[in-house]
Amino acid sequence: MAPAAIARIRWWLEDRLGLETVKEFLAHKSVPRHSATMWYYFGGITLFLFGIQVATGILLLLYYRPSPNEAYESVQFIMTQVDFGWLIRSVHSWAANLMILAAFIHMFSVVFLHAYRAPRELTWLTGIVLLGLALGFGFSGYLLPWNTISFFATKVGTDIAADVPLIGPALARFLRGGADVSGGTLTRFFGFHVAVLPGITTLVLLLHLALVQKWNISVPPKVEQEYRQRGQEVPRIPFVPDFILRELMAWYITLAILGVLAALFPWELGEKADPFAPAPAGIRPEWYFLAPFYTLKLIPSRVWFVEGEVLGVICFGLLALAWACLPFWASRRDGTIRTRLVTGAGVLLVSYLAVFSALGYWR
Amino acid sequence: MDSSRRGIVYWLLGGGLIGSLASFLYPVIRYMRPPEVAEAAVSEAEVGTVNEFPVNSGKIVRFGSKPVLLVRLGPEDWRAFSGTCTHLDCTVQYQPERQRIWCACHNGVYDLRGRVISGPPPRPLEPFDVHLRDGEVIVAKRA
Amino acid sequence: MRPIIAVLLLAAAAAWAQDTCLECHEALEGDLQAPAKAFADDIHRERGFGCADCHGGDPTAMDPEEAMSPAKGFRGAIRRRRIPELCARCHSNPGLMHRYDPQQRVDQLAQYRTSVHGKRLAAGDENVATCVDCHSVHDIRKVKDPLSPVYPLRIVVTCARCHADEKLMAKYNLWATQPEDYKASVHWKALAERGDLSAPSCASCHGNHGATPPQVSSVAAVCGLCHVLQEQFFDKSPHYEAFTELGLSGCVVCHGNHRIEHPTDKMLSIEGGVCGKCHEAGTPAAEIAGRIQGLLQRLSGEMERARAILDEARTAGIEVSEAEIQLVQARDNLLKARVTVHSFDVEAVRKDIDEGLKMAATAYEAGVDALKERDRRRLGLVFSLVAIAVTIIGLWLAIRSREQQTAAPTDAGRG
Repeated sequence: MAPAAIARIRWWLEDRLGLETVKEFLAHKSVPRHSATMWYYFGGITLFLFGIQVATGILLLLYYRPSPNEAYESVQFIMTQVDFGWLIRSVHSWAANLMILAAFIHMFSVVFLHAYRAPRELTWLTGIVLLGLALGFGFSGYLLPWNTISFFATKVGTDIAADVPLIGPALARFLRGGADVSGGTLTRFFGFHVAVLPGITTLVLLLHLALVQKWNISVPPKVEQEYRQRGQEVPRIPFVPDFILRELMAWYITLAILGVLAALFPWELGEKADPFAPAPAGIRPEWYFLAPFYTLKLIPSRVWFVEGEVLGVICFGLLALAWACLPFWASRRDGTIRTRLVTGAGVLLVSYLAVFSALGYWR
Repeated sequence: MDSSRRGIVYWLLGGGLIGSLASFLYPVIRYMRPPEVAEAAVSEAEVGTVNEFPVNSGKIVRFGSKPVLLVRLGPEDWRAFSGTCTHLDCTVQYQPERQRIWCACHNGVYDLRGRVISGPPPRPLEPFDVHLRDGEVIVAKRA
Repeated sequence: MRPIIAVLLLAAAAAWAQDTCLECHEALEGDLQAPAKAFADDIHRERGFGCADCHGGDPTAMDPEEAMSPAKGFRGAIRRRRIPELCARCHSNPGLMHRYDPQQRVDQLAQYRTSVHGKRLAAGDENVATCVDCHSVHDIRKVKDPLSPVYPLRIVVTCARCHADEKLMAKYNLWATQPEDYKASVHWKALAERGDLSAPSCASCHGNHGATPPQVSSVAAVCGLCHVLQEQFFDKSPHYEAFTELGLSGCVVCHGNHRIEHPTDKMLSIEGGVCGKCHEAGTPAAEIAGRIQGLLQRLSGEMERARAILDEARTAGIEVSEAEIQLVQARDNLLKARVTVHSFDVEAVRKDIDEGLKMAATAYEAGVDALKERDRRRLGLVFSLVAIAVTIIGLWLAIRSREQQTAAPTDAGRG
């Protein structure tokens, strides 16, 4: 096409969309650059994987049927009859796991780089909410193929929900759509997975990104100190094109890993769930729930007057709450950060998660 | 940095982006095209035309991954049962002379309602529904 | 009025009075108490019969002398020789039995008299089985009751009480190995491990009351009650006449009678196989055996090959359930061929094998296609990875060029 025509269309779009302001804004946006900059990419990687989930999820919706009679068969249909169905489904399953892994790495890099400190407390809080939503996506999506493993994992998971004090039984009933895991549960989880959770996530995600945009990327206190002592400014790179190029590279490396996993280690179909069969030995949830799962197994069935599992659930709840409030107990009155305390807590949490997940996997 | 070097970079970048995007879009577009069989044969399966089944004959047809014994007793009288004997999983057959269903492995005999008449089978054969649609015979699971 | 009431009360008391036999014997000890205790589980008691109905005597008398007086018909412990007739008093009486169960057979005594046990008992040998040896005596249960000694799962143990006793069997010139042999058989496994009550135990082939070994000519008929097609093929095969002439029993020669194990294709060998028991190597019969064995092994082999490739495809993530159906059909054909073997007709076996080979070949082809699909997927992955790698290189170069630009801004304007 004639370059003049292209130029005219470009101008028309820029004018009608008001892209001038966007271009101005992007031209001035910059990102700090230092030894720890590479950790900054994990937020974007999580976002990228979420985008992949939405896209592959919508594609799966074209063929999936959320009823106990048809769910397993529809997934089998996708895997065997639909062109590249195996790929879309394997990508969706692998990217789910990678996304949660990336979210955890993102969270821990924020902890160790102390990016949660004022004025970014709300960014941290929305981030924690997003992590919870991601785990909810994982839990609800896991049931949808309606195979033996996912059926019993859901049973175990909702049983644990019933251990929440006071509201536990009602919560479990709400999640299951009844007294047991059944077709009603499948319908509900499907609704959560494709409508409720995406809706809530979109809102919280937009808030999270808006806050990131508003306060820009933080610089770790140690780096700040270093440059202050040298009397220099922390160097920055322009967002466009430098940071975008690097972010794109991170995304492409993620794509490469995802492609290898999905093509060489396709996700299994398993066997259709039989609610009346006894649970197979060694049922366990997906890896991201293994640590709390194994911990609950270790707690004795009664501690004083409290049921062991209830105590466990209460402790996890309190821990999660404390973790969400990290920015508040991490900062002193004078505005400085208890960096050693937070780093220590972070190391402790990572070790606990790693060790107990490993134990839960091999025991 | 001279322009020829820049050119290589842009070619690589552009080519790589287009190539990789194509390698992502190609499967997605193929995926969206519905396959030949529109859905998994879960609750019903087409097993042939009416003319393929003579009166007073039985034939084993495929229902998903399992065999089903389709018996045409009369011009309008169709019966269908699970084709797997409930004793030791051999495939049963229809005996037109005796008008009954028989399993050759251990002499199990079922009647034309799938009930066990004699022999070792412990349970009756699961019945299926048969519908006719435009000259096609459809076997469907009983609700 | 009062006498009438008294009489009614007495009559009621008499009627309600427990059998005095049980009353007294339950209070005794040891062997005198055991029958009374056991009688609580007896089907005869359930039906309203008591001790006196078999042993005679007066069950209403409190005085033992009176209760057990021969004048009142008391017989005491029944002699073994008289047991069958005693039981048959009721059990061969259709009018009586059919009041309790219209379908109940009443020919047990007649059958028993034809059996080895019955004949020997009549000749004076009291060491053989009588009614109470199999059915127990004071706690007789219905055959359908899993606790009955003649419940299908327990018959072997009951027969083995005598028939596994070497010393006892030696007196009759019999082996005592049959129960152990039977316990190693597929029929016992079906019964004991799978709980398949239709599987044969001792009584299924030997009869229960008319227990006789099946005669040589009728063994095949006994097996043929369940294994219909095998018997039909065998009867039309050259072995039928040959075995009849030689006085050999049909199925037993190759399969055994008690220790019937799962047949294998190796049985068709001359060396170390069953055919070699009669046929020498190099004879036409040996050739037939060899050809049949070859056919069976060929199909088995093809099925193994298809199974292996389908497993490989499945572990690589390719769904092969369609092909696995073909393999199941091939298995059906192999089963058919193994039945047709009993005709010893190579062409008949070949027909079944050929059908099976077609299925196995289709399954194998599907496996090959599945592996090709796996390779196609890997190729697609490689292509995609190459494109991604090119992009990453391009990105890296672009990043580096930007860095060089910002490091030496004065050069940026030129070139």
